[in-house]
Amino acid sequence: MRLPRIFPRPTSEHGIWSWVSTVDHKRIGTLYAVTSFLWFLVGGVEALLMRLQLSQADSTLIDPETFNQLFTMHGTTMVFLVVMPLSAAFFNWLVPLQIGARDVAFPRLNALSYWIFLFGSLFLNFSWVVGDAPNGGWFGYAPNSHVAYNPTDGMTYWVIGLNILGVASIAAGLNFIVTILNMRAPGMTLTKMPVFTWMTFVTSVLIVLALPVLTVALIQLQVDRLYGTNFYNSAAGGDPVLWQHVFWLFGHPEVYILILPAMGIVSEILPVFSRKPLFGYSFLVFAGVAIGFMGWFVWSHHMFTVGLGPAANSAFAISTMAIAIPTGVKIFNWLGTMWGGSIRFSTAMLFAISFIAMFTIGGLSGVMHASVPTDAQQQDTYFVVAHFHYVLFGGAIMAIFGGIYFWWPKATGYMLSEGWGKANWLIMLIGFNLQFAPQHWLGLDGMPRRVFTYAENMGWENTNMYASAGGFLMALGVLLFIINVFYSARKRVPAGDDPWDGRTLEWTMSSPPPHYNFATIPVVEHRDDFWFKKYPETIAEYYHDDHAGELTAPSGAQFDDDVDMAEDEHAEAHASDHHGDDDHGHGDIHLPDMSYYPFILALGLTIVGAGLMTIIPVIIIGTIVLLWGLIGWSMEPVNDPAPDGAAHGH
Amino acid sequence: MAASATYEVKNEYGEVINTSTGLSNKKLLMWAFLGSDVMFFGSFIATFLVYRNRSLVGPYPADVLDIPITSVSTFVLLMSSLAMVLALSYIQQGRQKLGTFWIFSVVVLGAIFLLFQVYEFNHFVHLGLTPRTNLFGTTFFILTGLHGAHVTLGVLWLMFLGFGSLKGTLRADNAIDLELAGLYWHFVDIVWIVIFTVIYLISARDVAPPGSPPFVGH
Repeated sequence: MRLPRIFPRPTSEHGIWSWVSTVDHKRIGTLYAVTSFLWFLVGGVEALLMRLQLSQADSTLIDPETFNQLFTMHGTTMVFLVVMPLSAAFFNWLVPLQIGARDVAFPRLNALSYWIFLFGSLFLNFSWVVGDAPNGGWFGYAPNSHVAYNPTDGMTYWVIGLNILGVASIAAGLNFIVTILNMRAPGMTLTKMPVFTWMTFVTSVLIVLALPVLTVALIQLQVDRLYGTNFYNSAAGGDPVLWQHVFWLFGHPEVYILILPAMGIVSEILPVFSRKPLFGYSFLVFAGVAIGFMGWFVWSHHMFTVGLGPAANSAFAISTMAIAIPTGVKIFNWLGTMWGGSIRFSTAMLFAISFIAMFTIGGLSGVMHASVPTDAQQQDTYFVVAHFHYVLFGGAIMAIFGGIYFWWPKATGYMLSEGWGKANWLIMLIGFNLQFAPQHWLGLDGMPRRVFTYAENMGWENTNMYASAGGFLMALGVLLFIINVFYSARKRVPAGDDPWDGRTLEWTMSSPPPHYNFATIPVVEHRDDFWFKKYPETIAEYYHDDHAGELTAPSGAQFDDDVDMAEDEHAEAHASDHHGDDDHGHGDIHLPDMSYYPFILALGLTIVGAGLMTIIPVIIIGTIVLLWGLIGWSMEPVNDPAPDGAAHGH
Repeated sequence: MAASATYEVKNEYGEVINTSTGLSNKKLLMWAFLGSDVMFFGSFIATFLVYRNRSLVGPYPADVLDIPITSVSTFVLLMSSLAMVLALSYIQQGRQKLGTFWIFSVVVLGAIFLLFQVYEFNHFVHLGLTPRTNLFGTTFFILTGLHGAHVTLGVLWLMFLGFGSLKGTLRADNAIDLELAGLYWHFVDIVWIVIFTVIYLISARDVAPPGSPPFVGH
């Protein structure tokens, strides 16, 4: 059963069409990384324009309406188009490598997630082209975002764009839940998984449960805006506080969706450059799970000034203070990891250490917000802006840059320059602090956020000028990173398989890894399996004696090239799992074939989304494309039958 | 090798599952997706409850809701779940014709439920309740409408599988595909039980809140 093909199934591994039709998790990871880095530059330019405007009192460089659009799109871009997909780039690249799998559980679904993300992000930013960028803040508070008060199309682009992006996130989250639970190499029990994989799992669960709540809020706002329903129509009794509840019920787990992958990244970097196992692995993992769980019970601390009453405010104040405990646990775990280690200050390590310092500052100002009377003073001031930039830039972005320096050699096969890297780190760190530390003072002095200018006699000019200078210094830091990328690509210093003396499975394979990842699926015996196979003499030092007995030679030897039959057969069985067939007779490694349908399906979905702005012909065209993708996909076997008839199709 | 011996599991269809948990990837995906959908419906149901008794104008629930009629359609939907169980059981046993019969029974019962919904929506519009009328109309139509969209998707999916069963491409050895649709179908059914309870059994007697004008018809 097959639809007639308009395009033949792609087979070439080179050229643009191979990227459009790829289902390889590593290539998809690269696509995520490049795309979200470009959005990072866009979001950065938006920030710089705001900093230019704010560098002087009573500036008229940017008018208020444009300023609203800039802060809305800066926030939306950095959350949904930068930190989330950059994390997804790491999930894609690393999770299969760290758990010893050849790909994710659903490779075509994975490609679909990426293409929906790409088209959704383009749709959202298309609003700039038509001159109606969203202007209601990244939180889209109703009724300000309602059509009665916001009649231009901007917030409609925002609503539909975020809904499209939500589909991509949920699909990716589902995929990684199944991958991590089901695709682990033999012996890789949950308590032996690398912490990055663990944090990916917790994040994926949060994505799968939190994004539908945002979808609901967006659907409500969308039908209000487009079809005149009453969810947030105050004239009909619609309640603006309900929007806040629904949005922040999504919004606060979202904060942990942004930061947990970063915590996973530093938990990989610190042990490698301290030459010590992670301190308190179980406690660290459990703290991550606890954050993911408790993150659901703190949302109303965004609403302390709404007037929910003392009972609700107290409950959310307590839960917000309580969530600092597992977060604090992690910080001590990281410090304990470095304590007594032989530390190498590589660029990746410097970024990871900066993460700890900056995140701690942001965490401390976060605990301050847990206090209701204090928060009432800080609400809507630059103090809050300073707080969440310390956790999101000082935290998430610092860790992500560390991760880029750490895994770049594995992904590309050559090293990033350490010299340029350290310059990048230093300038970025100084610029960041110069920009955001003064905003604490501005906030305490009462400077309101989201206002396009301030009066001359407020005494805020100097501090704002520092902040703006810091912003441009950060931009210089990013520029140094880009220079580093081009410089290193030209130099091409070979990385080798294991440039950092790594601990986890991704360092066992060549750099860049072959497209099938593992020729033989590894058998895992320890946490930090690769390290203990490299240095079996360190086993006794880090494990209790009763463990040490099991960790001796015969099983360790399987790591060598001489592979026995049983393991070979196993590897084959594992590979064939990808297409559900069980053809042991076939000697090759089976990976899913490439497919255009994820691209077509994502395109159709986005066109339908665009058509929802009440353009009926566009909906019809989009539906046709969507059905083409959907039916073609469901009729297409994961693997075409081999020409010699050796493999069975479906 | 000990580690990999426990690693290959045969599931109830005789398919070899090479997964860490022994569950097939597809089934795990479906369960995770249903978890996600719980949050989706949960948020809409919460919205309905928050806006209960907060409409400023009529018609109010007591003016339009008809528990007996909706009880019939609820019964039809519940019976479709029974048909779904039978369909899966027969397909798993290799009794192809009975399996096909029950798959199409689910399709028919689902379609009857949808016809009831079309009738109900149409009837309410005639009584003067649209999604734009008041908060009750907005929350009622959007919640039950999105549930109806889920049912529609399930009906289309099961039709697809029913034809597969007729042609013999859905058989005992790939009955997992039917089981997935079954999980989805039962879930949508369970959601309806909650919606029926919340909207009909709990809210059906809601009249104009104190201080609001009673509904006298348009």
